[in-house]
Amino acid sequence: MSAIIELSGISKQFPGVRALDNVEFSVEPGETHALMGENGAGKSTLIKVMTGALQPDGGTIRLAGKEIRPESPGAARAAGIGAVYQEVNLIPTMSVTKNLTLGRLPRKFGLIDWSAARAIAKAKLARLGVDIDVERPVGSYSVAIQQLIAIARALEDDARVLVLDEPTASLDANETERLFEIIRDLKARGLGIVFISHFIDQVYRISDRITVLRNGRRVAVGTVEEIPSLKLVSLMIGRELEHVEHQRPSTETVTSSKPILTAKSVGRRRLLEPFELDLRPGEVVGLAGLLGSGRTETAKLVFGAIRHDSGEIAIDGHPSSSHSPKSSLMAGITFCPEDRKSEGIVPELSVRENIILALQSKRGWLHLLSRKEQERLTAEMIAALNIATPDAEKPVGQLSGGNQQKVLLARSLVSNPRVLILDEPTRGIDVGAHAEIVTLIRQLAAKGMALLVASSELDELLTVSHRIEVMRDRRMVGEISGAEATREKIIQTIAAAS
Amino acid sequence: MSEKYLPLMATIAVFVILFIAGGLLYPNFFSTLVLGNILGDNAFIIIAAIGTTFVIISGGIDLSIGSMIGFVGVVMANLDSAGWHPLASAALMIVFGAGYGTLVGFIIDFCEIQPFIITLAGLFLLRGMCFMINLDAVPIKNPFVLEFSDMGIPLFGGGWLSSSAIVMLVALVVAVIIAHWTEFGSAVYAIGGDAQSAKLMGVPMRKTTLKIYALSGTYSALGGVVYALYTSSGYPLAGSGLELVAIASVVLGGTLLTGGVGFVAGTVFGGMILGLIATLINFNGSLNGAWIMISGGLLLFIFIVMHRFLVGSLKFRAGS
Repeated sequence: MSAIIELSGISKQFPGVRALDNVEFSVEPGETHALMGENGAGKSTLIKVMTGALQPDGGTIRLAGKEIRPESPGAARAAGIGAVYQEVNLIPTMSVTKNLTLGRLPRKFGLIDWSAARAIAKAKLARLGVDIDVERPVGSYSVAIQQLIAIARALEDDARVLVLDEPTASLDANETERLFEIIRDLKARGLGIVFISHFIDQVYRISDRITVLRNGRRVAVGTVEEIPSLKLVSLMIGRELEHVEHQRPSTETVTSSKPILTAKSVGRRRLLEPFELDLRPGEVVGLAGLLGSGRTETAKLVFGAIRHDSGEIAIDGHPSSSHSPKSSLMAGITFCPEDRKSEGIVPELSVRENIILALQSKRGWLHLLSRKEQERLTAEMIAALNIATPDAEKPVGQLSGGNQQKVLLARSLVSNPRVLILDEPTRGIDVGAHAEIVTLIRQLAAKGMALLVASSELDELLTVSHRIEVMRDRRMVGEISGAEATREKIIQTIAAAS
Repeated sequence: MSEKYLPLMATIAVFVILFIAGGLLYPNFFSTLVLGNILGDNAFIIIAAIGTTFVIISGGIDLSIGSMIGFVGVVMANLDSAGWHPLASAALMIVFGAGYGTLVGFIIDFCEIQPFIITLAGLFLLRGMCFMINLDAVPIKNPFVLEFSDMGIPLFGGGWLSSSAIVMLVALVVAVIIAHWTEFGSAVYAIGGDAQSAKLMGVPMRKTTLKIYALSGTYSALGGVVYALYTSSGYPLAGSGLELVAIASVVLGGTLLTGGVGFVAGTVFGGMILGLIATLINFNGSLNGAWIMISGGLLLFIFIVMHRFLVGSLKFRAGS
């Protein structure tokens, strides 16, 4: 069978980096082709070339045998190549209808026919089984719904190739399953799907073939049978992966000393049911639960970014009368948010400036860190976290997702916190960086730090947490620790609570 | 009703309340005569502000409106002395406004220059050109000017919809159609909402930016034409500071300076609220004219705070 899209000899040079080096990639009709690689392997660049967001320095793209040179995402989409990028790219202030039909709004007498546009929007969403008010702004919906809207947008009526870059990163199991059904349906209609995900089990569930990129080169291509998961991971990272999965953390680091932070029936009306929580030195507490179960809210409430309206938070045994992000930072409690794009890093600032940001504001502007001191701390962090950047002055926005996440972590760590709250520390980053962050969390706990980790990935939680608090419907429904902590047990706890 | 109309509704409510308050305070205030006069007297600034609305919805700013109004008047007055018919010079100036705006848009997009700076340069440039042409006021003597100000539609209740007001209302209808029933209008909202996403969604960035500033240039030139005919003269200082009044009208009308959210119709009410306040203070007779600016400033402040909370309740978040 001939390929629906065929990229050959694609090269792309960025200042200082050879992002793509003579890469071959093809997708056949009715095939799901997984594109795998570590952060900075060139996945995003390859997709951008395929969808017209970047022009390659060399190589050709053939769509159904005909050479094309898409000069913009719009041109690529018109040719039949739809894409959903890693971070949802929609206009939050505009209505769902406008977001779905922008660029090809239906017209009557030269003017836009809004009732037809609404019908198109509803029909596009109906294909994904989504039924929402299409007149509301996209920003008023949850990230998961926004993701589905973005996919609905990419699905042109005559699309022949659909690129999905981390489409399941913010979806829960049901939503993921629904998406997979849609993918299977599209495959049956002869579309070629390019699937990128850091969930390896999902890749094997949905893909037919896998292409592996490393450092801008294609290192392997083959069917899922030809590339089993262990081989895949070693191809991706180019070294043997430490077997961290399900290797439970040792309890040796946990000192039975007094908790640093204690939450007593702390909650907030209509947001979180009151819960109890202790954070002890050397202990990692995991927050598990489905999407929307209240993990992020719990993390934010403990940090003080969400005010509690019942119960009491005590730090070192002293009740904290006005628990706020400021008082938390002063007490040595830091927080790494989930959404690094909108809540975390400042993409225009350099790696050094991003890392120093929180420390400097904690010290106050009267106690400026000397440039030398800043550079020393930054160099230390870049080395400690293995941040891949040519130098400390590179704007963070130009780094890959995993390295942005590490910069965010570095910002929290540079002030030597006693308590570190991580919300989805590995969202949207891939295996190698994932393993490094897992290792880092363990090291931090071993040094006596107290950690609270909220994550949608059970394997990750099981690997790092001494205790796991299970959440469901904005309520803490159970605590699992020690040997009884298994995937099955957590799922049972979530299910049993209904 | 969708919550996106709340700021617009609030603006209209303030206008209605002020108008009723005027009617209760002063006899003869509550009439179509006063309403017609507010429309006619503020038509030129509202026309210019309508153009600015597009710029602000797209996340930009246009500071050269006031100078454009002055420049258009001065050129029209001199062309009048040279024997041009006002309609011919008006057509020329509107074409000039569109061309000037296109150039501004091109510089903003191609050179990636902040709209604030380039339009500030335009403010100085156009004002300087006014003084190059004339230092004094020049009357426009063509009899058409008188005919223009005598034209209009009588309203029930003795009021009068002047030709300026009619031009403004036509300009409004055109702008509303552009904003809400064309692909370009949607592109303006998209760029203002999130330029990066808009680009990825295939919005033609350069074409749209050019058109936005061309539209603003056209509307401010049209505002200048209406002002020249309304005052039947060209004066090199005319329109000084009006760019800020136009921005105030846009903001009072519920448009966010951060872009992505707003309505053209809101701008008309915003401009009329400012005109209404001036009228109210004139009716009082004993109040110092300074109160016009003071109350305008206070109202602007209250509106901005109010919008902050309204928009906060919508939970707009950066796309993620």
